[in-house]
Amino acid sequence: MIQLLFFFFAAVVVGAAINVLVQRHVLYSALSLILMLTAMSVLFILLRADFLAVINVIVYAGAIMVLFIFVIMLLNLPQDEDGADRLRWLKFLGIPLGLFFLFLVGATVWNVEPASAQAQLVGSPQAIGQSLFTEYLLPFEATSLLILIALIGAVIFAKKDL
Amino acid sequence: MIKIIVIFGGVMGSLAYLTWVERKVMARVQMRPGPTRVGPYGLLQPIADGLKFLFKEDVIPTNANRFLYIAAPVVSLIPALLSFSVIPFGPWLQVTDLSVGLLFIFAVTSLGVYGIALGGWASNSKYPLMGAMRSSAQMISYELSLTLSVVGVLMIANTLSLNQLVLSQRNTWLGFLPRWNIFVQPVAFLVYVVSAIAETNRLPFDLAESEQELVAGWHTEYSSLKFAMFMLAEYANMVTVSALATIMFLGGWSGPVFGPGWMQAVLPTIWFILKIFVFIFFYVLLRSTIPRFRYDQLMKFGWKVLLPLSLANIVATSFIVAIS
Repeated sequence: MIQLLFFFFAAVVVGAAINVLVQRHVLYSALSLILMLTAMSVLFILLRADFLAVINVIVYAGAIMVLFIFVIMLLNLPQDEDGADRLRWLKFLGIPLGLFFLFLVGATVWNVEPASAQAQLVGSPQAIGQSLFTEYLLPFEATSLLILIALIGAVIFAKKDL
Repeated sequence: MIKIIVIFGGVMGSLAYLTWVERKVMARVQMRPGPTRVGPYGLLQPIADGLKFLFKEDVIPTNANRFLYIAAPVVSLIPALLSFSVIPFGPWLQVTDLSVGLLFIFAVTSLGVYGIALGGWASNSKYPLMGAMRSSAQMISYELSLTLSVVGVLMIANTLSLNQLVLSQRNTWLGFLPRWNIFVQPVAFLVYVVSAIAETNRLPFDLAESEQELVAGWHTEYSSLKFAMFMLAEYANMVTVSALATIMFLGGWSGPVFGPGWMQAVLPTIWFILKIFVFIFFYVLLRSTIPRFRYDQLMKFGWKVLLPLSLANIVATSFIVAIS
């Protein structure tokens, strides 16, 4: 049963991810991305990472993508916008970066150990809070600082005359 | 399985009768009799309304985006009903007790905004689009303070499971005063209630459908069963936020339990429903008495009053929790 669910939602994730790229209309791409994120959360639940699954939906599907949709509706972009020409040189950067990313994913998958019986304990909110504020305190604080900087930058962009 | 049927049936039935409650209470506030013709006290009105929705012509505007237009009511109704799967209606009446139940409800309700946004956009018409934009901006803004307002409660109760939250409020002070979180976290309660009203698009925060400016806002172009689904989703969300408020601040299903065995099984559920009803009644009273906010007032209020208030509440609570 769990395997059946896994394959179904894995197929949804992959299909929606491909659909994000091939859709001509921006809104449909954004909607596919939402579908992908939601299906991904189901995969997290199947892996017993309830907290991660729920946070994934709250932050990405529920907040960030709403902003995306909001902007798309506000600008009411034309059906087929061809902005790809200006960014042609990006493929020289994109292909090596993509390969590097594949290498990183491959290396991670290669080195990761199969989930143990303790997986449920690792995924609980208490365990995540514990490890965030002890073992991973520095990355956590660095990320907070990064977000703060981005926030200040956004405010400065929005208000030219401070 | 039986639990699912009982909860689903009960929720759907009571949602239908909430329309009757709302119309009747509003009518009485405004010194009108309200629905009286269909059945005694107009009690069969919801059924008549349902039949009317069923037989009405289902109009799809010519320039609408057909797929999204049809999908939008479904997208708004499913999350609204999904959240009932983790709400504990009584010690035994709960479909599943997730360890992250509270966050699950927030996640699911945050998806509900897409129904409104897509419905407004797919109609391909001015007023629905404006309603949808207003509503998505409003819901993002108030979701922040809604989520942050409950952090204080979570720090005290030390759990995310809804059933555990109820159990943590079972004690009493001085033997008679229930130890409900509303007395421990009054600020959080206020912030929660106000942002919950905004989150469900109810008056005085119903900028998304404000009749005087936008005809009917995001569901202007909808008719028949699709319109009914939007309405159902709105009422379901109302019940969800009221149920959450009850669970987190008013002790959920806890209450005096007495009498023979069958009464002991039923009473907690009755307390729970009564407490929810207090909130619904409050909602309807608000709707019939208070005028609508202006849009900029709404945004200012959300970001400059409610958000700092809930952040301050978190800081204060964490100090107190750390000391004690």
